[in-house]
Amino acid sequence: MTHSVIEFPVSADDRRIARLAALAIGLTLAEAALPSPIPGVKPGLANIVVLLVLLQVGWRAAAWVSGLRVLAGAILLGSLFAPGFWLSAAGACTSLMVLALARYLPSQHFGPISLSVLAAFGHIGGQLALAGWWLLPGAAIIGLLPVFAAAALIFGAVNGVVVARLLAAPTSSNEQLQES
Amino acid sequence: MMRAGDAGVLLAGTGLVITLALYAWGGDRGETVIIRAAGKIVETTSLAQTRVVSVSGPLGPTRIEIEPGRARVARDPSPRQLCVKQGWLTQSGQAALCLPNQVSLEIRGRTVAYDTLGY
Repeated sequence: MTHSVIEFPVSADDRRIARLAALAIGLTLAEAALPSPIPGVKPGLANIVVLLVLLQVGWRAAAWVSGLRVLAGAILLGSLFAPGFWLSAAGACTSLMVLALARYLPSQHFGPISLSVLAAFGHIGGQLALAGWWLLPGAAIIGLLPVFAAAALIFGAVNGVVVARLLAAPTSSNEQLQES
Repeated sequence: MMRAGDAGVLLAGTGLVITLALYAWGGDRGETVIIRAAGKIVETTSLAQTRVVSVSGPLGPTRIEIEPGRARVARDPSPRQLCVKQGWLTQSGQAALCLPNQVSLEIRGRTVAYDTLGY
């Protein structure tokens, strides 16, 4: 019996995506420890990383980071394939689709804050659409819509400001992204 | 840091939140459905599940459709079809009367708008 060795070549791109995804996963875990009044209302700190990747590397890399974040975050939190995982995945998918369109907005008028708010609305929209269709069919979810939308607006704006600050900062985080 | 479009997006987002709040919390959304035939209550049911109820009146069967958060008269043998044309009812106190088939559909919420209604 021969042992064959299969080698997967790892490119610099792979390493960069893995490093950024690890950052996003770390933020997801930290966030899971925060108490939340309503399940689903979260700051979405990992989206800061996704947005930075989108603006500095590109949409494909952002999609990878976001997908890995959802998958690995769920494995680490023990919620893989649980309802929360599917909600998270649906949110990430719609958010990425929104960003795929929103990145073509003229950048002299629409900065990271716009992208972040739109992505946050995409996130909550995808989650609520799946929840309304699958978990809570009926009118039950309608009463919570404004709460989720307000949370998306506030956290989206705050995250957007963070992204804008990080992009404007001449030091560390910027260079790490570009060098790595 | 803040660009013109960002302000626009934030304003539009605020508008969306307000619209949703008015839609979800404004008014009194119905919770139960009361179906009457010839003045007597034949069915009181929740406005949470999808159901189809058929009630017979002097002219024939009236078909009432209930969906999460709304209800309507889908088919009725009355000549002018006024209750069918009313479409979906969602708010507490709304009612559809099918005459002369003597069937009525009423939506009730947490608070009852009227003690009684005489037709």
